[in-house]
Amino acid sequence: MTATALLEFARGPALWASLAVLVAGSLWRVVGILRLGGMPDLSEPRSTRWLVGAMRGIFARMIPRREFRDKGQLGVWNGYVYHVGLAVMVFGYLPHIHFVERLTGLAWPPLPDAVVYLSVGPTFVSLFIALMERLTDPVRRLLSGFDDYFSWFVVLLPLATGMIAIHQAYEPRPAPALLYPLPAAIHLLSVELLFLWLPFGKLAHAFLVFASRGVTGAALARKGAPL
Amino acid sequence: MLDTAKAPDARRAAREFVAQAGRDAAFQLESCVHCGQCADACHFHLVSGDPRHTPIYKLQPMLKAYERETAPFASMKKLLGLAPPELTAEELHEWSELVYDSCNLCGRCTLVCPMGIDIAGLVRLAREGMAAGGFAPPDLYKAAERALDTGSPIGVRWPALKRQIELQEKETGLKVPVDAEGAEYMVVLSSIEIMGFPEVIGALARIFRQAGASWTIPSAGFEATNVGVQIGSRDVAAALLSRIVEAAERLKVKTVISPECGHAYSALRWEGPNLIGRRYGFQVVQISELLDRFVREGRLRLRGKDARRLTFHDPCQLVRRGGLTEAPRRLAGGVSANLVDMPGSGAANFCCGGGGGVSAIHRAEGLRFAAFEIKKQQIEATGAEALVTACGNCRNVLEEAIEHYGMTLPVLGLTEMVAQYLETETPAA
Repeated sequence: MTATALLEFARGPALWASLAVLVAGSLWRVVGILRLGGMPDLSEPRSTRWLVGAMRGIFARMIPRREFRDKGQLGVWNGYVYHVGLAVMVFGYLPHIHFVERLTGLAWPPLPDAVVYLSVGPTFVSLFIALMERLTDPVRRLLSGFDDYFSWFVVLLPLATGMIAIHQAYEPRPAPALLYPLPAAIHLLSVELLFLWLPFGKLAHAFLVFASRGVTGAALARKGAPL
Repeated sequence: MLDTAKAPDARRAAREFVAQAGRDAAFQLESCVHCGQCADACHFHLVSGDPRHTPIYKLQPMLKAYERETAPFASMKKLLGLAPPELTAEELHEWSELVYDSCNLCGRCTLVCPMGIDIAGLVRLAREGMAAGGFAPPDLYKAAERALDTGSPIGVRWPALKRQIELQEKETGLKVPVDAEGAEYMVVLSSIEIMGFPEVIGALARIFRQAGASWTIPSAGFEATNVGVQIGSRDVAAALLSRIVEAAERLKVKTVISPECGHAYSALRWEGPNLIGRRYGFQVVQISELLDRFVREGRLRLRGKDARRLTFHDPCQLVRRGGLTEAPRRLAGGVSANLVDMPGSGAANFCCGGGGGVSAIHRAEGLRFAAFEIKKQQIEATGAEALVTACGNCRNVLEEAIEHYGMTLPVLGLTEMVAQYLETETPAA
């Protein structure tokens, strides 16, 4: 198979198949949980503003409570680095916006290339720090299994293949994929691996986090308890 | 009902784990990213350094049962041979120490979790599986049996309470109404208060007299504690709770007053209607909430304050888990002139170490005292001359630990302090 054919495969059947798995798998997981149902809470609520509680739960947990900040844990602050770094790359890089636009018609202003390129290094280092912590900290090592390590790998892979792809000069027009088919194809396939895995493993926290925080936020607000 | 005659059975436990993993619990079980932040929030892990004491790790058996049986991809994983193996009795015996001895259900882990997982709430659910399977600590099974048999986890029956009431009537010169139909408030008590701190009965008599409110204590259904929620048996919890509900309905009271007991408040106020499957026809108010309301309405008039340097221990089930963050502290401030806060006081305060039934588990005593080391440091940092709290169980556990560490620090009950500084009373020095 030529590089161009591989790219055609990555941009065509592989992309659509992985997106189908991503959407269907995610829906299956959410619906599978929803079908478990629950009993209505019959206790008299202290507050009926459960939606406000759920939203507060979602946003308040984005930063640690004041009482837990004094520990200065590396893992906590490192988490911000790779989450923000990945967000800058995924949503701020012009070729990625082109990619999303081609699929959905949606587009937004990109970040300057320099900002995106500068975020790559810290993100890469940060992901390795996360892995080191998982391997060396007794608590994280005990908790971690195949899912955690494979999820780390499928996040790192698009970053690594993306770095190889942009190592070659990037020209916004015409689309770089047409200029450098092999790196682009490998990068796209690595993203598709992430799409395939996301609904089934720990990466599903990308959408489950809202349900988990929301459920707890609503329950604690109902009692008037601190979030 | 709890059948302790049955041999421990891992499959029975697994079935109950799965039954407890409803929608909300499942969203939370599935969301953990294994960041381990809950470990540093748990006093048991902080003092032991044992990674197995990481709060989320305590849920492993429940998570395994859920992933094997009802999680969204369970069938697919079983087909592919990727499902977790069946739980074993050996595994659950090991987890008994993690789910009970080293967890106060205090909810500090819930507060720190960046994924918003209510870990303490899930441990409470996991205990249902452990208890159903026969893997709960023997001390809690015995306490549950005693509670079902006598009405109290330590065997306190009506004659014992009657005697304490008579002594308090003699002490205060006030009548304590028993089984008074149509009273506004029905007070229930914990066995610890009845036997360890009976002065609270006299204090209540003085408080209700000044507030001009009618009240009563029921001769049946007076026990507020609920070992059912501690061991994790909805059936036991519902049976015990029903006695209070029946008493309240029999006496046609408007409000049931939950006493100075954290888990009793959780059981009666938040779990109760769900345990019996219907809404109450009365309100449930915690005693410090009521006293705070009386003070703010001017129905209780306080005069003088304790001049000693005091610090307030926040009972987890009232403050962090129960939503009573302001009332007990405001009340404590109303009767003490020099109230100083411990580091991280309020929502993130450390547990006394005895909550969640741990104080009733004999084999957990060493770990409980070890966990108190953090509380001890916090108390010492304040330079307090006395400790105030609003939970009889906390008070008892704190007193034991203070004695264990050779400290000399009185532990005061908030209700008694309020009664002591009522306008008509002569304040103590």
